[in-house]
Amino acid sequence: MTLLGVRIYFVHARFLNKQTLISVKHLTKNYGNFRAVDDISFEIKKGEIVGFLGPNGAGKTTTMKILTCFLPASSGSVQIGGMDTLEMSTEIRKRIGYLPENTPLYEDMDVLEYLQFLAEMHRISKNKRIPLIKDVIESCGLKSKIRAEIGTLSKGYRQRVGLAQALIHNPSILILDEPTSGLDPNQIIEIRNLIKDIGKEKTIILSTHILSEVEGTCNRVLIIHKGKIVAEGSPGELRNQAQKRTIIRVQVEGSASAVISALKELNGIEKVKKLESNESGVCSLDIETSEGLDIRKNLNHFFLDRGFELVGMQREIVSLEDVFTHLTRN
Amino acid sequence: MLALIKKELRSYFNSPIAYIFITVFLVLTGWLFFRSFFIANQASMRDWFSLLPWIFLFLIPAVTMRLWAEEKKLGTFEVLMTLPVKDFEVVLGKFLASFIFLAIALVLTLPIPLIISFLGSPDKGVIFAQYLSALLLGGAYLAIGLFVSSATSNQIIAFILAVSISFFFLIIGEPIVLYVIPSLIAPLFQYLGLGAHFESMGRGVIDSRDFLYYLSMIFLFLFLNMKNIESRKWK
Repeated sequence: MTLLGVRIYFVHARFLNKQTLISVKHLTKNYGNFRAVDDISFEIKKGEIVGFLGPNGAGKTTTMKILTCFLPASSGSVQIGGMDTLEMSTEIRKRIGYLPENTPLYEDMDVLEYLQFLAEMHRISKNKRIPLIKDVIESCGLKSKIRAEIGTLSKGYRQRVGLAQALIHNPSILILDEPTSGLDPNQIIEIRNLIKDIGKEKTIILSTHILSEVEGTCNRVLIIHKGKIVAEGSPGELRNQAQKRTIIRVQVEGSASAVISALKELNGIEKVKKLESNESGVCSLDIETSEGLDIRKNLNHFFLDRGFELVGMQREIVSLEDVFTHLTRN
Repeated sequence: MLALIKKELRSYFNSPIAYIFITVFLVLTGWLFFRSFFIANQASMRDWFSLLPWIFLFLIPAVTMRLWAEEKKLGTFEVLMTLPVKDFEVVLGKFLASFIFLAIALVLTLPIPLIISFLGSPDKGVIFAQYLSALLLGGAYLAIGLFVSSATSNQIIAFILAVSISFFFLIIGEPIVLYVIPSLIAPLFQYLGLGAHFESMGRGVIDSRDFLYYLSMIFLFLFLNMKNIESRKWK
């Protein structure tokens, strides 16, 4: 008993100190000859909201299935809270709430029946069951639908039931596979807010191919492409990475051709692109500079010296969208 | 596991499956039996029980075909298998739920022996043994059907394959089959045939060999079922 006590304490201490909750090392998964996940390594700290971003078929879902102990890895190791997914799968499953892709639910049960069934499957004792169910119904906004048959619910509500299913046993980790796919814009915002709310207390991994989703909710993004991690960082960091290429958009009075020919004399310009202008007598240009160069001041002086009236200038912020297409093209 | 049994049973009775199964079962067996019962003029349920292997052959796969196939199709399989339960608990839970359902259907046929004992004096021991053998035969069919369902996500395929495999095990012990196969494997086939054990038990002799045979058939197919569920974990 003492030995066991010490061991548990040890695991716990390690897990609290480092704060690393999930550690994936050299994870590879083959389906026959197809390599779905190719030597991925990453760590997730307690309390993070991490987004797996990637095109369809990139290996996001497979990685999640391995994290939830549904599938084993072909090689490499996954440790969750210091436990190996192969050795202590039941223990790990107790701590993970999982919402698979497309929100599979038992259509013929009503919401309450379903949550009760799950609570029982999680072996939650009878007196704790009711408050827990009440909690998730409250936090997932399902109060008005507790007696509705799941098969009759709208997609937004199905998604809420799916989240409730993942939350019922109060897990410390939530794994959500495309939690907002197929929802309308209002529902997406609702679910996103719900995820943010839950994320205050839990560690969340979510996957998506919608970029605005990770920008709005995640502290960290792993861009996965063809089974590999091609970029990693906070949405801001990723944006900076792509900002080697700077675009400055200017609006200048006068004809575009005159401005473009004058600009040839200025150093540090790679490319000038004419844009559609909606003001008469004003031309709008995108000026791409050589790597990382911010020539806004130079431009300002240049236009003044040449007698052009500069009426507007902005540095274009590179969106995550650009990063994504840049990294996952081909 | 209790939660799973409850859930499965509820899903039988939440859907029309249970009612259709029970109605068809009662009407069909009742009709076929009573049609000749008064002519034969014997206070025995023997004819009724001799119908069961054939009726069950088609009705039981209809019950089991969806048990895994539907979960796989809907994707709830993934939810179920990532809950903190062991694979064998899920397999056993599904089997026991369908077994209880079968028992309920058999209990509902009890008016037949009641009518017979009202009209004559049947051998109660024999009827008990016959019910027991019906339950065990049904259990074996259920295990076969459940196993087949775990191998596919298509319910129609699950149904047809379950009927075929059950049919195979039902007839291999019959004299006609034994006559045409090589005499070397004939004893094996005779032993493996579902029908022969059903008949010997139906005569009112509860033989431990028959009992053991049914239990091992059920165990074998539940074991195969579990291996099938685990096969996703093969690297």
